Amino acid sequence: MNLVELHNVRKYFSSQKAVDDISFNIKAGSIFGLLGPNGAGKTTLIRMITGIFYPDSGNVLFNGKEFDALTHHRNIGYMPEERGLYKKMKIGEQALYLAQLKGMSKQDALKNIKEWFVKFEMETWWNKKVEDLSKGMSQKLQFVTTVLHQPSLIILDEPFSGLDPVNANLIKEEIFNLAKNGATIIFSTHRMEQVEEICDQIVLVNQGKKILDGSVDAVKQDFKENIFKIGLQSTQKAIQTDLFEIVQQLPEALLIKLKHHVSTNEVLQHFISNDFSIQSFQEVLPSLNDIFIKLVEDSSSARQFQNIN
Amino acid sequence: MNKISLIIQREYFTRVRKKMFLITTLVVPIVMIAFYVLILFLSKSDSSEKQRIAIIDDANLFNGKITSSNKNLTFQFIHNETEQSFLKKFNAAGFQSFLFIPHSIDATTNKNFVLHSEKAVNLSIMDDIESLINDAIRSRVLIANGINPVEFEKNSTNAQLDNVIDTEKGAQKSFTEIAYLISFVCGFLIYIMMMSYGTQVMRGVSEEKTNRIAEVIVSSVKPFELMVGKIIGIGAVGITQFLIWIVLLFLLQAAIPMIYPDVTNQINNAALDNKEGVMALNSILQGVSALPMLKIVSFFLFYFVGGYLLYASIFAAIGSVVSEDHQEAQQLVMPVLMPIIVGFVIMSKAVDNPNSTEAVIGSIFPFTSPIVMMGRITADVPLWQTILSMSLLMATIIIFTWFTAKVYRTGILMYGKKVSWKEILKWAFKKN
Repeated sequence: MNLVELHNVRKYFSSQKAVDDISFNIKAGSIFGLLGPNGAGKTTLIRMITGIFYPDSGNVLFNGKEFDALTHHRNIGYMPEERGLYKKMKIGEQALYLAQLKGMSKQDALKNIKEWFVKFEMETWWNKKVEDLSKGMSQKLQFVTTVLHQPSLIILDEPFSGLDPVNANLIKEEIFNLAKNGATIIFSTHRMEQVEEICDQIVLVNQGKKILDGSVDAVKQDFKENIFKIGLQSTQKAIQTDLFEIVQQLPEALLIKLKHHVSTNEVLQHFISNDFSIQSFQEVLPSLNDIFIKLVEDSSSARQFQNIN
Repeated sequence: MNKISLIIQREYFTRVRKKMFLITTLVVPIVMIAFYVLILFLSKSDSSEKQRIAIIDDANLFNGKITSSNKNLTFQFIHNETEQSFLKKFNAAGFQSFLFIPHSIDATTNKNFVLHSEKAVNLSIMDDIESLINDAIRSRVLIANGINPVEFEKNSTNAQLDNVIDTEKGAQKSFTEIAYLISFVCGFLIYIMMMSYGTQVMRGVSEEKTNRIAEVIVSSVKPFELMVGKIIGIGAVGITQFLIWIVLLFLLQAAIPMIYPDVTNQINNAALDNKEGVMALNSILQGVSALPMLKIVSFFLFYFVGGYLLYASIFAAIGSVVSEDHQEAQQLVMPVLMPIIVGFVIMSKAVDNPNSTEAVIGSIFPFTSPIVMMGRITADVPLWQTILSMSLLMATIIIFTWFTAKVYRTGILMYGKKVSWKEILKWAFKKN
């Protein structure tokens, strides 16, 4: 069951094809990574999913229905990359106001705010103003205001930036919790190690186009380069073979790239027959970071301005 | 609708609860009243000053007899002295000043009178002495022509002219000063509302933009709802402030006589001293009741709300376009302020001449009409002009709100780019 479906979505600005014919689906209850370099069109995509922008063509389905801002606003929580809160407003009132704007009743909102404030140890903040908070503290507040109204779709743009490891972990735990309780999470970032840790499914966009789509494991499988790490007692002995190339030589291990149609057993056979003492053997999958860089580096790093007619 | 009311409430209460709002709302009327009291006291202390004035009357203009209605002035005729010789003595002799009337008075110009003094003489004393001299000269001329000045005074008439405006609805007295005052106050309130609360809308919008909260809010409500909520909320703050001012001014005016009974006496004395004062007071009341108050109030409310809505939406669009750079905002605001200022100037002229060409055009052109029309409300505005002006204003509000809403929704999410008027217009006309 897909919570969000994008079909051939396009959004052109006067000098940019910000989003150029992108389609993908997001499964309900999954943690979805929306990746891409700066200016790839991530924010524009998100703004179309949240109904801030309308696509020029194509459509966005929410829960199988054409996206309709009025009914679907209630179900979406969005934390933009550029954080924003009213600086002069009291924190409690601010959280209440934002929850009410999402359509919550005052009592429900107050109840939820209290729960979250207790969970994040923010009870004493109620009458403080945002300008009194540190960057990390206001980040926590921003997260709370995003998820207060129990949205079924939570969109987080770089949620960990500016957080110390303890608070980052706290939020990460909550993201897992929310997903476990059925919320779908779109996670937009260019920090790949977080994506590997958190996301079930990823889409990589670059220059307004989708260049990658799949589960983290599948993507890694797709991009593996037949590289294996073999642990040996000593790597001093010379090796001569057509079966593989040595990518890297470590004191007690070798990184080798297998040639086409060579099976792992043949390789092991080779080492055994040459009297090597093997201690370990495993496949090395590329990190998302490597894949990301590999895919993106071919294109020029900066988007070029173009005329759109 | 529910969301708009939430936004209105937030915009309203965060502003009304601010300390600055309280201070300006309370301090302004108090300062105004304090000024008023101060001026009253100053005028009192000025006139109570006693003046002894010496006169060297070489022309024997006064025949050795002089009486002034001002009880603080006493005169004494000096004989056997010249202007030059007495100049060094008058102060020592206890006179604040001395008046020199030369032997030959030029009958056509009457300009050769000099009041010598140590310190500058109060203007009202100068006026008093001038009129004494004029009376004396007139008497002398009358006598020379065989007319008894006392008889002349008895038979001189004092005609009073009332301007009566005749319309189909019947004759009406014209009360120019009252009409002027009402027009001016109404126009001024609209001017303040547009200028100060319009720019508050602008600042509020650009604050939301630079705080980056706009994106969070527009993921919950439509940008248009946010804009409308802000405009209405801030407008309500303005109306609240005006109402508080009116009530406070009223209360303070009533309270001052209790705190300073002197002041009321002062006013009463002034009124009694001067018959015109009493008449002025009567004619104020008469004037107010003679004016078509219902029409004035409904016109005022229409143009007050209309003018604010029109300019607030323009200011909202500007606020959405600019970022932190205030200079940038200034550039964009200038062309918007121009019609407001021009309107104010036309209004103050329209009060005197409500049917002049510029008054008529100004009261129809929607960007100046809210203010200029206030200059004409006490006069009779032809029906076709009223209808044209009102419908043009409403149409402009609708069209402009539609355009500015488009600029606004693009602008609030656009960062870091300096935007020109050309680009803004492009956003406004862009299809969505």
